[in-house]
Amino acid sequence: MATKPSIRIPESAKVGDIIEVKTLIRHPMETGNRHDKHHKLIPRDIIHTYVAKYGETEVFRAEFGPGISANPFISFKMRVPGPGVFEFAWTDDHGVTTIATAPLKVV
Amino acid sequence: MLAHAETMQSTPARSQKFTDAFAKLTHGATPIENKMNVELPELAENGNFVPITISVESPMTDANYVKAIHLLSTQNPRAAVATFHLTPINAVAYVRSRMRLAKTQDVVTLAELSTGELLMATTWVKVTIGGCGD
Repeated sequence: MATKPSIRIPESAKVGDIIEVKTLIRHPMETGNRHDKHHKLIPRDIIHTYVAKYGETEVFRAEFGPGISANPFISFKMRVPGPGVFEFAWTDDHGVTTIATAPLKVV
Repeated sequence: MLAHAETMQSTPARSQKFTDAFAKLTHGATPIENKMNVELPELAENGNFVPITISVESPMTDANYVKAIHLLSTQNPRAAVATFHLTPINAVAYVRSRMRLAKTQDVVTLAELSTGELLMATTWVKVTIGGCGD
């Protein structure tokens, strides 16, 4: 279960600025290689897809394997095309997509 | 004989899974080396949580940009760690994340350019406590 998405973008930006976008979400990213105390394999449970959109435009996408750490953190950059709203989507092995949005103040 | 032994020692092991994943991504092409910047700790005390920054010098224009960056482990139970997809709107080919490393190993990154070029970097990371839950 993915919870508590956290988004860090600049407070404001100008058109043409290159900004850094950082996101983090709580998720165990269970690898599927670990055993519980009864030696039973713990099933894999990871976020496998991450998509960042700005308005209608996809600006970053990633596919994750179990080699990405728990509470997956991503940082990427973007040139600001104009005012807009970020939408981030994390999809896990249960098919559940967690969405978070953040408007960017363009001055 | 001695030369052979030295070669064996200086060539770190590659898992079969890595070899297969690498071949699938490169389609047999030889990537250009040393044109990617990869920041990883030389010594990772906790293999569950290894920060990585990858960047590629690229104009990031419609005619020439980094389309994808692949992150591969040579010694984890699974070779494919992540793939990051970029477009010219990123302006800079740059990504940061945190990865797991089961043990001391080479981390391999591949960048696919829109021009068809393939870049590669290999980074050795010493791991104190492995992090893949085996």
